[in-house]
Amino acid sequence: MIDQRSAVSGQSVTSPEPFGSRHIGPDDTERDEMLAVVRAASLDALVDEAIPARIRLTKPLDLPAGESEYQFLRNLRSIAAKNQVFRSYIGLGYYDCITPSVILRNVLENPGWYTPYTPYQAEIAQGRLEALLNFQTMVMDLTGMQVANASLLDEATAAAEAMTMLHRVQSKRIDGVVGPPQFFVADSVYPQTLDLLKSRSEPLGIELVVGDWKTAAFGDRVFGALVQTPDEAGCVHDLRDFIARARRAGVAVAVGTDLLACVLLTPPGELGADIVYGNSQRFGVPLGYGGPHAAFFATLGKHVRQAPGRIIGVSIDAHGNTAYRMSLQTREQHIRREKATSNICTAQALLANIAGLYAVYHGPKGLTRIASRVHAYARQLESQLAALGIRQVNEHYFDTPRFALPGGAQTTGEIVKAALAARINLGYRRDGTVQIALDETVDEGDIRDLVAVFARALGKPAPAAEPPAPAAFAPAIARTTSFLTHPIFNRHHSETEMMRYIRGLERKDIGLDTSMIPLGSCTMKLNAASEMLPITWPEFSRLHPFAPVDQAQGYQQVFRELESMLATITGFAAVSLQPNSGAQGEYAGLLVIRAYHRDRGDTARDVVLIPASAHGTNPASAVMAGMRVVVVASTSEGNIDVDDLRRKAEEHKDRLAALMVTYPSTHGVFEEAIQDICSVVHQYGGQVYMDGANMNAQVGLTSPAAIGADVCHINLHKTFSIPHGGGGPGMGPIGVAAHLAPYLPGHPIVATGGAHAIHALSAAPWGSASILLISYAYMKMLGRDGMTDATRFAILNANYIKSRLEQHYPVLYTRENGRVAHEMIFDLRPLKQASGIEEGDVAKRLMDYGFHAPTVSFPVPGTLMVEPTESEPKGELDRFCDAMIQIRREIQAIIDGTADRRDNVLKNAPHTASAVAADEWTHPYSREEAAFPLPFVRAHKHWPAVGRIDNPYGDRNLICACPPIEEYA
Amino acid sequence: MAAAYPAGFKYTKDHEWIELAGDRGKVGITDYAQAQLGDVVYVELPEVGAKLKQGQSFGTIESVKAVSELYSPVTGEVVEVNAPLKDKPETVNSDPHGTWMVVVKLTNPSEASGLLDAAQYQDLIK
Repeated sequence: MIDQRSAVSGQSVTSPEPFGSRHIGPDDTERDEMLAVVRAASLDALVDEAIPARIRLTKPLDLPAGESEYQFLRNLRSIAAKNQVFRSYIGLGYYDCITPSVILRNVLENPGWYTPYTPYQAEIAQGRLEALLNFQTMVMDLTGMQVANASLLDEATAAAEAMTMLHRVQSKRIDGVVGPPQFFVADSVYPQTLDLLKSRSEPLGIELVVGDWKTAAFGDRVFGALVQTPDEAGCVHDLRDFIARARRAGVAVAVGTDLLACVLLTPPGELGADIVYGNSQRFGVPLGYGGPHAAFFATLGKHVRQAPGRIIGVSIDAHGNTAYRMSLQTREQHIRREKATSNICTAQALLANIAGLYAVYHGPKGLTRIASRVHAYARQLESQLAALGIRQVNEHYFDTPRFALPGGAQTTGEIVKAALAARINLGYRRDGTVQIALDETVDEGDIRDLVAVFARALGKPAPAAEPPAPAAFAPAIARTTSFLTHPIFNRHHSETEMMRYIRGLERKDIGLDTSMIPLGSCTMKLNAASEMLPITWPEFSRLHPFAPVDQAQGYQQVFRELESMLATITGFAAVSLQPNSGAQGEYAGLLVIRAYHRDRGDTARDVVLIPASAHGTNPASAVMAGMRVVVVASTSEGNIDVDDLRRKAEEHKDRLAALMVTYPSTHGVFEEAIQDICSVVHQYGGQVYMDGANMNAQVGLTSPAAIGADVCHINLHKTFSIPHGGGGPGMGPIGVAAHLAPYLPGHPIVATGGAHAIHALSAAPWGSASILLISYAYMKMLGRDGMTDATRFAILNANYIKSRLEQHYPVLYTRENGRVAHEMIFDLRPLKQASGIEEGDVAKRLMDYGFHAPTVSFPVPGTLMVEPTESEPKGELDRFCDAMIQIRREIQAIIDGTADRRDNVLKNAPHTASAVAADEWTHPYSREEAAFPLPFVRAHKHWPAVGRIDNPYGDRNLICACPPIEEYA
Repeated sequence: MAAAYPAGFKYTKDHEWIELAGDRGKVGITDYAQAQLGDVVYVELPEVGAKLKQGQSFGTIESVKAVSELYSPVTGEVVEVNAPLKDKPETVNSDPHGTWMVVVKLTNPSEASGLLDAAQYQDLIK
């Protein structure tokens, strides 16, 4: 049996202050009141009723007890001290930078910005939608492109998405051509970019042609080309002729670039590129040993429907005012499934917002100043090293001069020694040259120290310092066009204005700092302050991902412990921390399964069985992994139809690669037959991939291994407290059984992964390393009992809501005994018949009550899926239930004919302050009913910034850049 | 208000209609289809000269919340495309049976006899 002690109670007088009672919402009294409502004898009895006995763990997790917040932070300080923050001039897509303090304090370290969800409910997300629109506008301006998305996971992923997008838009060119389609990649792209392109091209049957872009030949089979400037060696190229040549040959071109370089250099968009991508990290986002950062992706207007990722657009609200929303959502996986343009779901909203706000704060003049300074220091370095007889070899460079050393390997050895002694990392290349990537933190002293390293290594005196040379580029590569001319980038340059601008945006949005966000499948639990603090400690935030591993021993210890704890929780043998999102984890898991089959000579296995109720990313990921999707039917109770599964597994037995299954199911139920389902798949030679989206209902009570899975991903941003960041970042590590461990992903620069590692899936070896600290903190502070309690209270909170609301709204799926897992689906379809009110109307009306809507129409159209998580106290659950019950009465009034079918509180929701305070009020209900429908709302009123947004208008009149300034209220 | 189903059109089970005139036919989607999709925001159509096969996709239609393939009622070649539709996709909602998408020159006119008539189609969507 599971340990009966609770972290919430039963502490001795000398026990450390338990974190469990801070993380978990209900206290002992509330727990007992709630148990009475759900009619369960005890919390354990309820859990026994919710989870089938045969998949329960028989003993507690083998994990240590929790640490108090104080103890944890003290211990982590000593781990942090094991990281050594050298000055890193390694480059390769990652640069030290200065996060403006006003952004650090008011955005990165502010729950108002890091706790909200992806802005699907646009009326209560206008703040971060505006900030993301700034990001898009900035990217478009700097790259010279027509549209940009609101960020991708990392630069290498953006490059891979560029390849697959060009494959789609060029389908006509390769139609009917004999042989596999080819994609040209310049050999001077970043190594991690090339590795990801290898990873992503092979399953899709795309042949990579890697070579020198200057001599690239474009045969019939070549549909696209990818080049980079500045390239991996820091060399800036004039791509004009190359792009013109490619276009003449009918080849589409993607160009990787650097946003700060684009300030001074001709942007690729002005040369005719189809796609421009890169990393926006150096715009104020800390290195974080690899992430999280926001990659950017910009393209031409004619390609926008083929673009991956989220795109923010401009529309109008019910009153005709400008309003922002996510555009073109039909490209996303929940609609297109296996036909989706990519499996990219999570963006990097928080980091994109930081980068966009960095541009707002500095403006075009500030960015020009920064870029010019960086370049000037690079030139100063060149001239001073020249005085030492060291030759700079890049034809053009922006921030990264490269040096040929006199004396060969021995000199290099001396320089390495001298640099390490000065706590400096340089970019040592295989050809013996050394590249030095400078950044905005560099000053005179840093240049002096760099020159001293070389002087010492050569045994010469350091030359006298000279003033930095002014920036000057050859006319062919110098930027001549203006950028960031929009007023938004030209008016918030004092800290007072910036602080108020950020705060003004923040107050428009609902995050967990405002109220419960009951999104089913998203697990919007507490992101505790103690979990968040360490990510901005310099020992963690300023480490370059390719710094020597011995400088990152603190991180390495955290990774080892985290992997071990995740292995214990999942019941698996090994864990990879590399995948940067849940969908990335799905893809990684499928590639690992594919590699396993192939290694055994089972090359034909390419069929993936996916239940009809699966997350849309599942089929999208399967297609990316080169697999064929076969959909398995659900029973009327919402469970997997085991007979159908058996039939399809038998039918495809020679080709069966895997089953993808979510557990507990996307319907919020612990399916009884899960072990039979897994054994059917194993019987026919397949592997079982468990989607870990609902892991929050498993921890400590059952596990992926216990149900019979071979691989799972774990959404650390759901179950393990990484905040949703208003639409990212996330992390999706995968756990695997022993037979799959050899295939865990590797990395081209830093050794990691299994003995037969597949290619990298993320640009950085441990994905977004710095936010792993959040999950690490969660696990260390809750410990074995706290984490298990969190699961039990997640189940209690869900069943409590079910008990309170089931007489008002039918609950679609439960176990036979009526229990749900950690979430439940309310069916609104019967009400739509009777009243004309749809699930979307209820979602918008909840805004008037101060709540973010539950998940709308997933996994069943016409429904709302509610997941309260363990972190919400009974009082908040009651307010939410009261709101839902009052809304049910409002719907009843329509059914009864006492409220108008069109002009009612639901159809007109949400109600803005301007609408309610207007002199003219023509609705048949009162202003008070509109704005303050229940007494509690008065104390917590959150006014939606805009009225109901016109979605069709936004998609028909696509605008993805900041609108004219007159539109700003 | 539901639009009437013209008696002179032929219909498919995939909810397209075709208005035949000699060996040519105008193709659109039915009132039922537009109602199911909701507000149409985008229509992607083939180019003139594209070869279509009966029952195969010749384009896509998107609403705010759904995306659907357009299936050709007949085999043939596209001889005309309703290009202005790109800029006013909402006419698919307001006038579904008056908004054609492509004109197809049939290579196998006998295929049309296998399509539904207005009464049969209305039975299908009941």
